[in-house]
Formats: sequence, C-alpha cells, structure tokens
Amino acid sequence: MTRIVLGPFNRVEGDLELSLDLEGGRVQAAYVNSPLFRGFEQLLIGRAPLDALAIVPRICGICSVAQSAAAASALAEAMGVVPTRNGALSRQLIQATENLADHLTHFYLFFMPDFARPAYASRPWHAAAAQRFTALRGTAAAEVLPARANFLKLMGFLAGRWPHTLAIQPGGSTRAITPGERVRLLALLREFRSFLEKRLFGDTLPAVAALASQDQLLAWAAGRSGDFPAFLGIAGDLGLDRIGRASDAFLSHGAYDLFPSGTWQGGASAPFDSLAIAEDTGRAWLADAPPRHPAQGETVVDADKAGAYTWCKAPRYAGQSFEVGALARQVIAGHPLLCDMVTRNGGSVMARVVARLLELALVVPAMEGWVQALQPGEAFCAHGELPDEASGSGLVEAARGSLGHWLSIRRGRIARAGIVFHWRFRGQAVEVDTPSSKAAAVSEQVAENPKATNGETA
Amino acid sequence: MKVLWLQSGGCGGCTQSLLCADPRPLFDELRDAGVEFLWHPGLSVESGEEALAILEDCAEGRLVFDALCVEGAMLRGPNGTGRFHLLAGSGRPLTEWVERLAPRARWVFAIGSCTAYGGFSANTPGNPLEASGLQYDEQTAGGLLGAGFRSPDGLPVINIAGCPTHPGWVVDTLEKAALEGLQAEDLDEFGRPLLYAGGLVHHGCARNEYYEFKASAQKQSDLGCLMENLGCKGTQAHADCNLRPWNGSGSCLRGGFACIACTEPGFESPGHAFQETPKLAGIPIGLPTDMPKAWFVALAALSKSATPKRVRNNAVADHPVVLPAVRKKGAGK
Repeated sequence: MTRIVLGPFNRVEGDLELSLDLEGGRVQAAYVNSPLFRGFEQLLIGRAPLDALAIVPRICGICSVAQSAAAASALAEAMGVVPTRNGALSRQLIQATENLADHLTHFYLFFMPDFARPAYASRPWHAAAAQRFTALRGTAAAEVLPARANFLKLMGFLAGRWPHTLAIQPGGSTRAITPGERVRLLALLREFRSFLEKRLFGDTLPAVAALASQDQLLAWAAGRSGDFPAFLGIAGDLGLDRIGRASDAFLSHGAYDLFPSGTWQGGASAPFDSLAIAEDTGRAWLADAPPRHPAQGETVVDADKAGAYTWCKAPRYAGQSFEVGALARQVIAGHPLLCDMVTRNGGSVMARVVARLLELALVVPAMEGWVQALQPGEAFCAHGELPDEASGSGLVEAARGSLGHWLSIRRGRIARAGIVFHWRFRGQAVEVDTPSSKAAAVSEQVAENPKATNGETA
Repeated sequence: MKVLWLQSGGCGGCTQSLLCADPRPLFDELRDAGVEFLWHPGLSVESGEEALAILEDCAEGRLVFDALCVEGAMLRGPNGTGRFHLLAGSGRPLTEWVERLAPRARWVFAIGSCTAYGGFSANTPGNPLEASGLQYDEQTAGGLLGAGFRSPDGLPVINIAGCPTHPGWVVDTLEKAALEGLQAEDLDEFGRPLLYAGGLVHHGCARNEYYEFKASAQKQSDLGCLMENLGCKGTQAHADCNLRPWNGSGSCLRGGFACIACTEPGFESPGHAFQETPKLAGIPIGLPTDMPKAWFVALAALSKSATPKRVRNNAVADHPVVLPAVRKKGAGK
C-alpha cells in the first residue's frame, strides 16, 4: 500500500488536502481533509442576535452575502418578520450577483487555466487555450476582470460594497433604490449580458437557455466562437462528460423563487425536508457524538481523536451524502439539458461546468425583471422586535451549493448556532466510509481539478 | 516586485475584493507597475508539489522574492502547535511557513484585519484558536512575528487593514512600494498606510448634511445619520471609504448601514451590538475623534434645534419625502 498526499490545491478558494491509499495502481481508500479550522459557530454564541449579520459574512469571502441572507432569514423567522417586496427583490439581486460573479470567476480564473498546462501540449486545442486561459497572463483575464468588476458594481448600489455588507436585514434591505439608480442597474446588467453573449457564449442568452439536450448543445457549439464553445471542444476531446461521477444524488434548497428546492435521485424527485439533515463528526477532530440536526449541533474540538482526519463535519441528508451546486439546482429544476446529461452519464465535470454557465444565461434575464419590478418610494425594509426566546433557520443557495443557518436565541443572546454549507464541494460531505465510495468521491474531486490528474495519476 | 501570497485563518474575501480593482484589469495594472505574483493560492497555476517547491525555495533563499503578503489570521493553536491550519500537502503549520518566509522579504504585508490584528478569527470567547495578527494581538504589539520584527528595510509589518480590504488600498500600497519604496512615515501608529488611513470614514460621507444637523436615522433603511442610534463609527474609523468608493459607487454608509470600523484593531469586539449606539444619559459614548465631549453636546443641541424640516423628515424615511426648494431667479417681482 502506498499513500499519496495531494495539496495544496490551488484556485479552489478553500483549504483542501487529499490522501489516497493505492494498491496495484488502484485507489483503495481516500481521505478528504480540510486542514483549516475556524469554528465560527462558537464565535456566535453569546452575541446579540443581530450581530450575526456582521459576523457570518466573514465565514466566506466568496459566499459572503449568501451567509448574510441565511442569517437574515433565520432572524426573520425568529422575529416573525416578512421582508417587503422591494426588500425581497433587492436581496435576490444581491444574492444572484454574488452567485453569478462566482460562476464567472470559477470558470475563467480557477478552472480553465489548468487546460493551459504543458501536459496538454499535444492536444489540438492547447495553443489557443494557453493563449486565452494561462493563469494571470491569458487574454481572457484582461477581459473578464473588468467584466466581473463592473458587474459587481451592482453591489455598490444594492449593498454598499462586496464582500461583507450589512445591507441584508431580516425585513429586507437598508438600501432603497431610487428611480435613477434603477436605470443604472439595468445598464450594468446590459453591459454584463453583452460580455456573456459576445465572449462567453457567442450567442444570445435565450438561445443558450433553450438548449435542451447534450446533442443539441454539441451541435450548437460546433464551429462557434466563444469561450464556452471552446470549453465544450476540450471537454469532448478529454471525455470530461465521463469523469467526475459521484453518487448522482442531488439536493437544492431552492433559489431566488426561480429554482425550486428538492432532491433528485435515480430519476425520482422528492420534496426537501430540512429535518432530514444531520451532521456526522465521526471522522472530524471534534468531540464524538451521534449525528445531530444542525439546530442541535455542537462544535467542540478534540484535536487528538483517534481515526479522525479532518476538521469538517460531514453533513448527511437522510443518512446519505448528496451533491449540491449549480448542477443539482438545475437537475431539480428540471432543466432538460442537464437532466439529459445526467441521465446519459451521471454527474460529470462537463455537466457541472455546463450547469454553472447555464445559470448565467438563465439568471441574468431574471435579474433584469427583478430590477424592473422594484418600486422606488415603497418600503425596502420591514421592522420587528427580537424576542428574548426564539429560534429560526435560513436555507439559501450559494453559488457552490446549499447553505443553512440555524440560530437559537435564549435570554436575548445567541445560545446555539448551526452552519452547514457547500456540502461535498468544500469537502464537508465527501468523507464516506467504504473504500469504493471514497474512491468515487475522490475521483470526482480530482476530476474537478484537472491539475491533480496531470500531476499525480498520470 | 515579486509577490508571494499566503492565505490562512480568514475567509479569502480580501482576494475576492482585490479582484474588483478598477478601472484597469488587476493583473495588467500590477504588471505595468512592475508587480507580479510569484505565487498566489487563488490565482496561480501551480498546485501540490510545484507550489510547495516554490515555497521551499523561497524559504531557503534559493528563490528571491520582494514582498510577502499574508491574508488571514495566524492560528497558533491548539496548544501552540499551529495544527488548526496545516498547509495542505506539507504537514507543516502555516505559522511555521510564515516565520520562515517573513525574514526573506523586503516587505511583509498583512492583507486585511485578520492578518493585521487577529480580527474575527481571534474573537471566539477565550480565543481557542490562539489566533493573532502577524504583529499584533488586537491593539497590543506582539502577534506571531513579535513586536520587534523589522523587515530588511527597517519596517514593521505593513497592515493593510480592513474587513475586507479595499482593492485600491492593496494596489496603491504595493505600487508605492514597487515604484518609490516605503518609509516609516508612510504608516500610522498601527502600521496602516496613510495613503488610505490618513483620514476618517466620515470624510466625504454622503450623509454629512444629516450629521451636521444631528438628524438621525431611527431604524434600518432610514436616510439619516447613523451615528446617534444605529452604531456608526465613521467619525472614529481610519479609512477613506467615502472618498474612494467601493464597487463603483458604494460604501457602507452609502449602502445604508453603519460603519463598524473594520480597519481598527479590535473592531470585532465593540462591547455593544454592532447596529446599536451605546449611550450614557442619551449621549453616544463613542464621540467623534478629536472632538471634546462638551463641544459635541453643545453643538448637537444647537444643530438639532436648527434642523430644517426637509432634513428632519427625510432622515427617518428611506427616500426623500421633501425635496430641496428650488429658488427661481427674480421670483416675487
């Protein structure tokens, strides 16, 4: 038995280490380790409840406002407050801006640069990929950085700044939009749409959103200019639709009143039940306890626990690990293209990239509708009182997957906090017990990061 | 200037913020000023052994670099082992990597308040993470590298504090170093570059008319001044947020919420709820920097009594309900 330890993984925004036990050239066991512990749940305990709005964005610089929105929803439930219509629309816009910016950053700055590696020099697409996507120097970065920065100017209006805003409140938003600013928001969205249509897709957003099968997608991409068609060519050559398969069990909390919540497994959809979530601490350097619902969760360090190998709890739904993220959201929403891809080959690296970029095509037009629906002059924030004893939960979708906050308030202070986020893709849900499923989970992570395949298993 | 970047006990938000640099694409902006990333964990191509080889060569002096940028608090626990953050693939604490690399750099930059002073990462009751900044524990000099640390240029750690940092603070500081060098007089007493920390968040605040008349917001989303009731510390926080906009046109105040002084050491423990102003006998405890209390009280009373109706009414609405009067030339003839 040989052990290979892989890390650090660059361009994932998060700390990740993989240990693989090999025998006869095959992976016998794999361990996904988050080597960084921060313990934010403990930080919340004893604070004034509304302080959560200042604290939780600092959990994650990529999903900062998703954290804010989850905490605001949990507090709204505790307070019995319902956001105003304008407040709800503002919040959807703020969350969508963060999520779409992450899809863009992930594709251009984190994912594609690996195809510029010399390991692919013999492939017919390599010279073009190297010129366009080489990390820090490719021609794409010079276009995508201003496109991203200008798109995030939506946050300057709606949220004051990004990341880390206090604009999202239980009753809506602190920032009322004026009629003039509504015009400016639409202009920023048009500018972003133009970048996507010209550079990423080489077609209109509705045309991309209407693609209904993998065959249609590949026929559409053939000979088309644009970075997404270029990716599809690379994906076809490398067979990225056949690697990265996990358990094909998908889960979504539902997003923006646009994509529904639910689960999907073996072709069958089911409603999502938040009570079915439990967190397993068995392999974490955390005190042993039976799997608990996050509302009852504890985060107590046991740094020398035997058999442990990570700082992360493992979230389970009905005792099982589920995949979350754009692919899960779109399969559960029944998008025909992703349903077709998953039915053919299961979840794959290619399907996940397609799902992320498809969300850009689906959500930008929806955002334009939300801006048009804002009613300047009507209230952006509802107000309420915080009871001394209450509890609440907030379930949202960050770009990379489902996020939940559970807060309990006792004697006017936060008494307990449970935070579950980014199952699977941030490593939390990847630890599993049988060697075969470990290998499957790891092959997915490795496939998501072609650099690892280059360096270690070639 | 070759920049080596490490991340530790933080959220990565300072890098996400940096990528919003405006108006030029960040990489072009830096490259043309002679600043290049030797390695950045969120942006460079090298992973695994390739990345570890770069770090090892830098730590051993075989690969020359000029600036060490660290993003995130130093997690020294549990029990001083640094095991709360081992650099993936290396089996070694990130704190050890920083201790090896810092003496090799001409400049050491703390990117963000976690790295500078500990920030939220050091804020869990009892600080079980044993987290600190590079050269501070909140306001106390010390931290991982110690109060006496000086770079070969004779400078302490340069603290580009903020939670997150503004992209312009990082870009301008790096470019200043690359083009002109940095001197002790470029920094304030907490090691922050004066190019952004030389003024107060209050300067340029779009709510200044409400401040002048002490026309205060009473609830979230009100247009009035956020100092009296909603916890704003803009008159005490050192930064240029309202002169150098965020994301095109924003700032915390322009976003309708209080400045929580995220560039200040210890901001994460204000001793009161973030969005409430603590008061004694109806007077805010945290008064504007440089302003004697008696003057503030007298001025506040006077200006409140002189508040125009427009300012008073708009202060408690989320959109202007009274517009400034339009004076017509020659009216009344």
